[in-house]
Amino acid sequence: MRLPLVIAGVLAAVPAMAQDKPVLTVYTYDSFVSDWGPGPAVEKAFEEFCGCDLKLVAAGDGAALLSRMQLEGASTEADIVLGLDTNLTAAAAATGIFSDHGLAGVDYDLPVEWDDPMFAPYDWGYFAFVYDKTKLAEPPADFEALAASDVKILIEDPRSSTPGLGLLLWVKAAYGDRAAEIWSALADNIVTVTPGWSEAYGLFLEGEADMVLSYTTSPAYHLIAESDDTKAAAPFSEGHYMQIEVAAKVASTDESELADRFLAFMVSDDFQKVIPETNWMYPAVTPEGGLPGGFETLIAPERALLYPASEAERAREGALEEWLAALSR
Amino acid sequence: MARRAQPIAALSAAVVLALTLGTLAAVFARASGLPELGPADLAALRFTILQATLSAILSAALAVPVARALARRRFPGRGILITLLGAPFILPVIVAVLGLLAVFGRAGLFNRGLEFLGLPPVTIYGLQGVVLAHVFFNLPLATRLILQGWLSIPAERFRLAASLSMGPSEIARFLERPMLRSVLPGTVTAIFLICLTSFAVALTLGGGPRATTIELAIYQAFRFDFDLGRAAALASVQFVLCLLAVLLAGRAARETGFGAGLDRQVERWDAGSVWLKVQDAAALILVSIFLLLPLGALLEAGLPRLATLPAPVWESALRSLAVAVSSAVLILVLALPLALAAAGRRQAGLWEISAMLPLTASSLVTGTGLFILLRPFFAPGDVALPVTVLVNAAMALPFAYRSLLPPARDAETDFGRLAESLGMTGLARLRLVTLPRLRRPLGFALGLTAALSMGDLGVIALFAGEETATLPLQLYRLMGAYRMADAAGAAVLLLGLSLALFWVFDRGGRVNARA
Repeated sequence: MRLPLVIAGVLAAVPAMAQDKPVLTVYTYDSFVSDWGPGPAVEKAFEEFCGCDLKLVAAGDGAALLSRMQLEGASTEADIVLGLDTNLTAAAAATGIFSDHGLAGVDYDLPVEWDDPMFAPYDWGYFAFVYDKTKLAEPPADFEALAASDVKILIEDPRSSTPGLGLLLWVKAAYGDRAAEIWSALADNIVTVTPGWSEAYGLFLEGEADMVLSYTTSPAYHLIAESDDTKAAAPFSEGHYMQIEVAAKVASTDESELADRFLAFMVSDDFQKVIPETNWMYPAVTPEGGLPGGFETLIAPERALLYPASEAERAREGALEEWLAALSR
Repeated sequence: MARRAQPIAALSAAVVLALTLGTLAAVFARASGLPELGPADLAALRFTILQATLSAILSAALAVPVARALARRRFPGRGILITLLGAPFILPVIVAVLGLLAVFGRAGLFNRGLEFLGLPPVTIYGLQGVVLAHVFFNLPLATRLILQGWLSIPAERFRLAASLSMGPSEIARFLERPMLRSVLPGTVTAIFLICLTSFAVALTLGGGPRATTIELAIYQAFRFDFDLGRAAALASVQFVLCLLAVLLAGRAARETGFGAGLDRQVERWDAGSVWLKVQDAAALILVSIFLLLPLGALLEAGLPRLATLPAPVWESALRSLAVAVSSAVLILVLALPLALAAAGRRQAGLWEISAMLPLTASSLVTGTGLFILLRPFFAPGDVALPVTVLVNAAMALPFAYRSLLPPARDAETDFGRLAESLGMTGLARLRLVTLPRLRRPLGFALGLTAALSMGDLGVIALFAGEETATLPLQLYRLMGAYRMADAAGAAVLLLGLSLALFWVFDRGGRVNARA
């Protein structure tokens, strides 16, 4: 009779133990928590030593994440928000719900200086046009050459997609007052404008266009996961616009210490080594042992373009007007 | 019956109103100030109405010969063809678009055929592509709704027509055109409203910002500007359009007045001529090619990956099956009382509008509104699946209602007085008179709801917690992780499960009915 009692006791204790653990809630974007994203490995690695339950909550994509923070405000359950990029951080800071990350002395491997006290980067990448080497022998070398050619491209809408917004700011950062002129010239190269990255990339793989707006790291997926070396990113001489993905701590968190530990973990090897082959981006701090084999084949842009967070918001308003006017004609 | 149904119908209507206007009000309440709509919004409104009108009229016009052919011909595989033709309607948008592009895209079969013949390629991107895709999605729905109209003409009327030596043109004049007059306005309205909220199709195939719809403007207001007031104002414009369309359709529709029949097998003595046979065969063959070729392309891409799909995809498939069946059960409670209550009145106004409202609800507004309303009480992740079931059922309500209303009306006009005189009311009347006459459309409505719910991304992305991914969400996640081949496999799984669900329910409605 005793054994069942013991079993019952153990069973009763398990949920109790689980409840005793502190819970750290991290809001992030959908593809981070997906079974094919960094989420599962990150969760396992952190829970191994934190003595806590790491809860990853998906909220659409980066922009949806920001909307959700704006909706929830200070009453949010989130302790950490992970997955905003530098185009969104100004608006995120304006919500007033984040506190400084407190990380110091981190040696970031970013092409730009990083000194934001509130948002800490965990990965980054360059936007680029990806093409199939077997179908397009000589890709255009810059936007003007692209506009002059009859190469067909797929792009994402800046109003609904983060890469789309990246392209908008890329052209603006590279051409300034001439951006509208570049867009008018590009109009006949654009096959279509999709709502998101997945649609554009899917259409590209179906052969609907010669090039698609994606990342310089995209060919690494095909090379490493599919042993397919036909995809490449075209280097543009104007330089490439960057996306830096960041996380921040919610000021009202009741797990402040745990949140600090997570941010420290985020820039450590155990987190960073997961990034290249799940998020297919560059880790913010190159882990010991370097990048996975295959990443050395990727193009390395000579110039990194990026609006500081404070200017990005202002730049995008005008740039969107130009974009709409040029492509609606 | 109709009177008894009123209180329950009022409850259904209340649920629908809360989900549509209620969520809209919640978004308004959180907004700071009302914005003015600018010229860009007017341009979006113009494009939205233009593409929706063209899509609706074209879908319905093409569906008439197809429904006529299906109504007057019996051939092996007819049932399977009807089910398969319904497939595009239940596919997630991006999957269907990829299927369409495999046929009509720049590198598609059609353009390769043209190239082979030495002809210049045609481009799908533009208004023509948007309309083509909407016809692809909605032709099956139009066909089903119109086919039900044909099947509602009692066999005795055709018998009488034959004994009066009526030819095809007289039958068209005395039987078919009056029937179309009663069915078409509702069909055109339903499709117009579906196309009104189109966003991904319009943008992807529209070729650029010229093809901006209201729904995209709402998306932009939420995500780009975080301007809840703008989003809510634009969503209100959609609701007003819905209201106008439903009222117009209500004025245009005419009762058939065919009277009751004995549910005998319909025989068509008028359809024997070779010319009519050729005409029907052509309609069926053309529509099959148009609808089934893109599906074939999807199967070709996805079938090889089906067996090796990763485990999380199968888990989410089970979750989606549960969601789909729950939505189907829920639609019974939502749609049947509304249809019965509306059937009892000449002017169904309020019931009709509540049943059609979900069509114009912007899913982003509904999701955000629900989020605002529920968050004080629940953790969003915990209620992700119940909310998905509810929203998916509400989104299917207009179709369920549309297919239930005409037979409910016929049951009321044909047998209402007899039942009254026998003092037959309540459950007994529902069981003996009403339900047997609604069996076929009920099966169809439940099947359609289950299939739509299976394939709809709905609001799950806004609410998703841990372990709640549905199959459509998993499909998008696969695409987002570069795994397009696995996503193609998941699309085939989704298509197969949706069709199987539809077939099971639809079949259930047709037991003992040879038609």
